[in-house]
Amino acid sequence: MTSIKTPSTERPTPPDSTPAAALHSGTSDLRALVLNNLRQSGIYVALVVIVALFAVLTDGVLLSPGNITNIVLQYSYILVLAIGMVILIIGGHIDLSVGSVVALTGAVSAVLVIQQGHPWWVGIVAALVVGVAVGAWHGFWVAYAGIPAFIVTLAGMLLFRGLTLRVLDNISLSPFPSEYQQVAAGFLNGLLGGNGFDAFTLLIGAIAVAGYAVSGFRTRVARIRYQQPVESFPLFVARVVLVGAVLMYFAWQLAHARGLPIVLIILAFLVLVYGLLTRRTVFGRQVYAIGGNLSAAALSGVKVRTVNFWMFVNMGFLAAVAGVIYSSRSNGAQPAAGNMFELDAIAAAFIGGAAVTGGVGTVVGAMVGGLIMAVMSNGMQLMGIDQSTQSVVKGLVLLVAVAFDVYNKRRAGTAR
Amino acid sequence: MDDTILEMRRITKTFPGVTALEDVTLAVRRGEIHAICGENGAGKSTLMKVLSGVYPSGSYDGEILFDGKPMQFRGIRDSEANGIVIIHQELALVPYLSIAENIFLGNERRGRSGLIDWNLANAEAGKLLASVGLHENPVTPVIQLGVGKQQLVEIAKALSKKVRLLILDEPTAALNDIDSAHLLDLLRALKEQGITCIMISHKLNEITAIADSTTVIRDGRAVETLDMRADDVSQQRIIRGMVGRDLDSFYPDRESSPGDEVLRIEDWTARHPVQDRMVVEGVSLSVRAGEVVGIAGLMGAGRTELAMSVFGRSYGRDIQGRLFVHGREVQARTVAEAIDNGIAYVTEDRKRYGLNLIDDVRRNVSAAALDRLSRLGWVNGNEEIKVAESSRKEMNIRTPSVMAVVGKLSGGNQQKVVLSKWLFTDPDVLILDEPTRGIDVGAKYEIYTIINRLVAAGKAVIVISSELPELLGMCDRIYTLAAGRITGEMPVAEATQESLMELMTKDKELVG
Repeated sequence: MTSIKTPSTERPTPPDSTPAAALHSGTSDLRALVLNNLRQSGIYVALVVIVALFAVLTDGVLLSPGNITNIVLQYSYILVLAIGMVILIIGGHIDLSVGSVVALTGAVSAVLVIQQGHPWWVGIVAALVVGVAVGAWHGFWVAYAGIPAFIVTLAGMLLFRGLTLRVLDNISLSPFPSEYQQVAAGFLNGLLGGNGFDAFTLLIGAIAVAGYAVSGFRTRVARIRYQQPVESFPLFVARVVLVGAVLMYFAWQLAHARGLPIVLIILAFLVLVYGLLTRRTVFGRQVYAIGGNLSAAALSGVKVRTVNFWMFVNMGFLAAVAGVIYSSRSNGAQPAAGNMFELDAIAAAFIGGAAVTGGVGTVVGAMVGGLIMAVMSNGMQLMGIDQSTQSVVKGLVLLVAVAFDVYNKRRAGTAR
Repeated sequence: MDDTILEMRRITKTFPGVTALEDVTLAVRRGEIHAICGENGAGKSTLMKVLSGVYPSGSYDGEILFDGKPMQFRGIRDSEANGIVIIHQELALVPYLSIAENIFLGNERRGRSGLIDWNLANAEAGKLLASVGLHENPVTPVIQLGVGKQQLVEIAKALSKKVRLLILDEPTAALNDIDSAHLLDLLRALKEQGITCIMISHKLNEITAIADSTTVIRDGRAVETLDMRADDVSQQRIIRGMVGRDLDSFYPDRESSPGDEVLRIEDWTARHPVQDRMVVEGVSLSVRAGEVVGIAGLMGAGRTELAMSVFGRSYGRDIQGRLFVHGREVQARTVAEAIDNGIAYVTEDRKRYGLNLIDDVRRNVSAAALDRLSRLGWVNGNEEIKVAESSRKEMNIRTPSVMAVVGKLSGGNQQKVVLSKWLFTDPDVLILDEPTRGIDVGAKYEIYTIINRLVAAGKAVIVISSELPELLGMCDRIYTLAAGRITGEMPVAEATQESLMELMTKDKELVG
């Protein structure tokens, strides 16, 4: 560098003619929004396309009230697992043991309730305690002993499967008392009556839509107040109307089947809580920071070990929730329960836009990814496609989703 | 005229936005030891990468003549086939493979069956080891050797490739005195066998002890080549060549009125995290409110290691010494504790240690002080945006929005984001490690202005820099660091580039 006397030539321009301002201008609005959010919106588009495809291929059976209810009941535990999994993946980890933990927690619950005759809630509490303990075990080895999560949870997969067999003495236990079965098979209906449909379900649907619209509007107002770029107002309205329509259609269909599944309430609650946890809490931020750049996070004062530990405790807790739901749905505990669940949960997170390298992903994305898997499986089952083809298709979808992610990153030039 | 083995003619190498080498001409005589020296970032390593084909022919202008024949190396294999071997500063050995496996890696000794003949390989490796004076069994894994011995394995590996021109990049930087002396003896012995050697080094005492010629590189140009045999070249003479840069009014003016002492370290010592050597040894320094203190040191002097070991013990082990903030002794055993004690460290490598490149400006700015934006663990997102926006205005971060991804900003703007992040922790003392590395001139000026604003507001600032004019232009007081020790301290009024460089290259005298 030699002498430079007039650095003022490089003086900055005031930041007014920025894309932020351009975003308000309207015409290229939709295009810019789609392009900017291709990564995120891509999976929504994919979900819509897949739903439409199978709706046609199954002559509308896919979207029938009974089948929609069925999808919810059948895949809820995978979605619960995917919540914990995506948080781990954002933090740069993985958990291969969740299938075994689902089995173990279900088995502990079954032994207490079915074999020893304790009340149903004792089984649930015990399952959650076991799940948290398992998570703490994994968290200890990953965070404090410095063993890669892949190894720790691979060991956990074997270890907790073995413990499941031990707890169950290699036999299946069944049936649970009816209160316990309600968790996965129960419905809230008839609370407000209704004529051939459940008005309560529709009310809950309407409340959800209103909540979505209000929180969206408040975010928008706050952003404008802080002079942040927002989508144009018509686009905002269009988005709310679209999401509202989908939610109401969904509620309508449920209302015409058996009402609001209890498990859907649990799931919605978890998605809401964990959505906020990841986006709005210090803990959530630190998870993203650790996954995005471990060294930078550590040098910013993030207590990396503590955060890693709690990520695994949380996964253990959610695996136990999934274990309770699964044991409730299958009305018992089996030694082979939860086999391969980890792979479905991992696939859901990655299809939902989580990055293999960590630091990227959302809870909602993982839910959409999980739904894509669920609709594909369900649709193919309805069509009577055999197991082998189903597996091939699902494998290819996962591969394409991650390839798309890698391609996107390379194009953005921020990979590495 | 001596017999010339290598001639590099009018080499120009540019990277996007930067000219790393400009019109460099270098002639090396057969059988000599040719030293290359210059400040950090002067272009020494780039020149050697051009020579060894790391930057392939066509990616630079100019020509290379080896043994009088023009050469066009497409890669390192081409240059090695001609007997040009480079040994990098960071040794490139595979730790878990044996000495022999490393020596013949990519160049395996095969038997008639096409399989590797390990007896032959080990026997040949044994001979090569003897010729470099290393008495180790060739089947020993490299990880069991110290750095000095690993260096010898690298040289043995070079010899196995029938080396005629050996290039060593900072060969003694990581070695202790005895290993260094041994290595220099070996280079003399290789010279006797007719092997030409190019050696990049910061250690001027080594250069005057061993080199036949010295080429000085400065700002991407070959300034001069000194014949060490003909003239009696002193270290001072070399220093004059290295630092002959212009000082000008590039640095914004500042009133200096230092107040009370803010940070003091006493007898600070740190050991390398894996190797058995001290990287910081008995360092004591202090900085006052409203004062800019510089730390000058060459590559490997322990500047970053010192700063990071002070900042929550983020580097090294067996860290000892006392740390005082506002006259009170504090413990800063973790980064969080260091931040709580009002210390901020702005890294020299913002991409690796400073930023989450895939996240946006807003979240990078708040990353080190999220607790200031949160209550009971909940982050106030609106306040966060406000903080980021005010940083954007104050620091003049050129970004479309605070929601823009940091990885897409220019180096200068990324640096401003890192600075914003640390200013948001409201520190009393900022340690800035190479704050203007890799950013353009306009942004540099802005960073200097920001530093001045900080000291005017009563902050204490420590600047670590490889650019001496920067230190002379910005600081009130400068410490020099060499081999982990403070070798000098002076007010800026008494300092010159020459006097600093002399202290920066002051090393313990060599044995042997």
